[in-house]
Amino acid sequence: MKEALQTVSDLWSLMVGLNVTKRYFLEPQVTVRYPWKEVDNLATFKGHLELVSSKTPGKGKCISCGMCAMACPSNCLTVVKRKAPKPTPEEEQALAEAKAKGEKPKDKTPKDPEKFLYDYTLCSLCGTCMENCPVGALDFTGSAYLAGYTREDFHFDLVQVLKNQAGLEGVDETAAPGAGQSEG
Amino acid sequence: MNAIPAELLHIVIGLVAVAASVGLIGLVMVWVERKVAGHIQRRPGPFEVGPSGVLQPLCDALKLVGKQLFMPLGADPILFWLAPVLAFLPVLLLFLPLPVGDGLQALDINLGLLLILAFSGLAVLSVLLAGWASNNKYGLLGAARGVAQSVAYEIPLLLSVLSVSFVAGSLNLATVVEGQGTWPWNWNIMTQPLAFLIYSVSAFGETNRAPFDLPEAESELTAGFHTEYSGMGFGLFFLAEYANMVVVCAVATALFLGGWHGPVLPGPVWFVLKVSALMLLMVFARWTFPRVRFDQLLNINWKWLLPLAVANLLLTAFFVKLAQFA
Amino acid sequence: MTRYQNIDHLAGDFYTQNFAQTAAEGNLILNLGPQHPSTHGVLRVVVELDGEYIMRAEPILGYLHRMHEKMAEVKTAAQFIPNMGRVDYGHALGWNWAFVGAVEKAAGIEVPERAEYVRVITCELNRIASHLLWWGAYLLDLGAFTPIMYAFDDREKVLDILQDPTGSRLTYSYYRIGGVAKDLSQDCLDSIRAFIPWFRSRLPMYKDLVTDNIILRKRIEDIGVIEKDACRRFGATGPVARGSGINYDVRRNEPYSVYPKLDFEIPTSERKCARGRYDVRMAEMEQCLRIIEQALEMMPEGDILVKGAPKPSWKVPAGEAYFAVEGARGKIGAYVVSDGGKNIYRTKLRAPGFCNLSLFAEVSRGTILADAVAILGSLDLIIPEIDR
Repeated sequence: MKEALQTVSDLWSLMVGLNVTKRYFLEPQVTVRYPWKEVDNLATFKGHLELVSSKTPGKGKCISCGMCAMACPSNCLTVVKRKAPKPTPEEEQALAEAKAKGEKPKDKTPKDPEKFLYDYTLCSLCGTCMENCPVGALDFTGSAYLAGYTREDFHFDLVQVLKNQAGLEGVDETAAPGAGQSEG
Repeated sequence: MNAIPAELLHIVIGLVAVAASVGLIGLVMVWVERKVAGHIQRRPGPFEVGPSGVLQPLCDALKLVGKQLFMPLGADPILFWLAPVLAFLPVLLLFLPLPVGDGLQALDINLGLLLILAFSGLAVLSVLLAGWASNNKYGLLGAARGVAQSVAYEIPLLLSVLSVSFVAGSLNLATVVEGQGTWPWNWNIMTQPLAFLIYSVSAFGETNRAPFDLPEAESELTAGFHTEYSGMGFGLFFLAEYANMVVVCAVATALFLGGWHGPVLPGPVWFVLKVSALMLLMVFARWTFPRVRFDQLLNINWKWLLPLAVANLLLTAFFVKLAQFA
Repeated sequence: MTRYQNIDHLAGDFYTQNFAQTAAEGNLILNLGPQHPSTHGVLRVVVELDGEYIMRAEPILGYLHRMHEKMAEVKTAAQFIPNMGRVDYGHALGWNWAFVGAVEKAAGIEVPERAEYVRVITCELNRIASHLLWWGAYLLDLGAFTPIMYAFDDREKVLDILQDPTGSRLTYSYYRIGGVAKDLSQDCLDSIRAFIPWFRSRLPMYKDLVTDNIILRKRIEDIGVIEKDACRRFGATGPVARGSGINYDVRRNEPYSVYPKLDFEIPTSERKCARGRYDVRMAEMEQCLRIIEQALEMMPEGDILVKGAPKPSWKVPAGEAYFAVEGARGKIGAYVVSDGGKNIYRTKLRAPGFCNLSLFAEVSRGTILADAVAILGSLDLIIPEIDR
């Protein structure tokens, strides 16, 4: 008799289960139907890197120190510093005068990098570069919807990306074709 | 030219209608299953192709048809390609004795139920052939399980169906339906509730639907007996499964739920509604319950369903005889 | 052997043929995996079947070996932390903690109290996410297709909460040597406070849909009985050991961080079968909520990273240290040996899954093939952490 009652209560558990699924069947769905809708909590998401813009549009805060490239566990960053500009004749004279006096000439090369090569296919989004930057020049975008067709789509030149964002057309052929369009 | 016999014409029209409706049922059921599964799981299911995804099954069918048909190395070609055909073709026959409306029966035959039960046994053969001819260990295991399961669950199915036909006095489904009334309290489920329960469980076992879907257990045996089938071979098995589901639900409506009886609406509409309700229940059961383990599955059959079905049959026979004397 | 002589040599690779040498006549040798729908990872188990009964089983590992310990030899301590997020994606913060704790122990770095509490909160949230993943995947193995979707729906909330401080949703590299990378914002704290009662209200639904379900109970009760001495012999820890009645939890027996101040229970079960392990994990989720509640109350203001935290060029002082953490799967250990050079000399990672999986060969003897899947699921294996 006890076994029969046990069997009945066991079978009732099946009905309870059906009740649960029936309840969810009648509730609205939680799916976000991409690409017509997107999720709304990407502010804190670690998407790919970008250079933080300084007061001058199109120019980042980066001073080409290379701390990020050294700290990166995946060796995905390469910072290409600018070469010193060719001095004009007046500047050359001023330099010679300063050397004659024994002063150390001031380095006039601009600090910001010429190229900031970022290989996103190697990046592990750990944040070590961002945390160790002395001027806070790196930040993560929230771009969760980045997509491309080739590997080169993910080789960014972040300086170029920053220029494209600011609307300044750069004539740099090494920038990745999809680089400028991915910012969200 | 001799006149074509009316009977033959009747059957041919019926067959054509059945073939068309089986195709349609396959498409509709695929859509229903995926949508219901989606909504249970709080996701939309197909929604891209066509409004609310109704054209999705059509695209799936086209995809299946367009796939390359190939056989694994070492498989027996005749048996390999015979199996899906054998799974699908007999199912068309199963639809013929079903009474869709008052007088609307493709084949008015006194042995309707026997026809259905006999031809549904051919599905067992197709499972076995599929598993054996695949030259695949997983397929073989799946086929062995499938055969054991199908053969086992046929018996309580038969016995519960027999109980109802004892009361009605005929194996013709139309007669059984006519013996029931318009309202639920006049249906056979009131007089034979135990038979209904046994029939339901056996129906799940016969059609290999969850929770008894071990022969095609995806996560344990990588799709069991139809592992090696792709393209239309798989499509035929798929269609056969859905068509079998419909037959089993239709027989349940005819036997227990009053067939085409119902107030206000015409007969066929009620029939379709009742069959759809039962199909919905089967779909819900698939997406709610985990799989029953194989030996437990057979245990349920031999230790619970069979004794209960026999007891039910004996009791029914006793009361029928008693009623005859009264 | 097949009737085609030209492919006979293909019948099984080195492992299968070695295994088949001691197989009895008439038994079927079957490979479960390495491509397997049961979502454990890339696990291959060779079984010898007599009909449906498993006579012998042998797990074959190494399909997912990614040489994490070798990578540790060419990276500095701070650079290795992202690796630890990927060893075990289920409980990534546990592995983070084990490694960072070992380095801190070797260097004698004291972590600020607020950072300890943040670590506790995030680690416990990660444990809930890991158990939900296990639960959903286990039921998927057993043939129930919906609970995984409900579990992942709940898991979304946890992942959204953890996205706030860490920025990631699965492979976290959030802990730093000397603390954590980012503080928990007020939004994050509010969402955690809202999450706890909401998740408590979900647990009865799991019980209704799954735990009480007779079909599931018949599948997991009295399956895969692991005796206490088997656990001890193989070094099983975590819910596998606690499901067999061994009351061992690293948070209690070898306390670390602020766990001694928190009041929580260690659920154990005397059932020893898969049902016992299942019950332990479901009860652990409730205990995680308790821990998070208390930690939220007791968390002080302060720094989340110790002053003078190591810069990228920092070298671990010469020495060695071992630090163990209670992960979702068991005792996660990291043993760090340093010779004072730029890179860590040797890092040994103790994966709980490795010892838990070794139990399988013994436990599965004599069971049915369908039960093998149930047992594997109840061990809560994530193969990437076993292979490292």
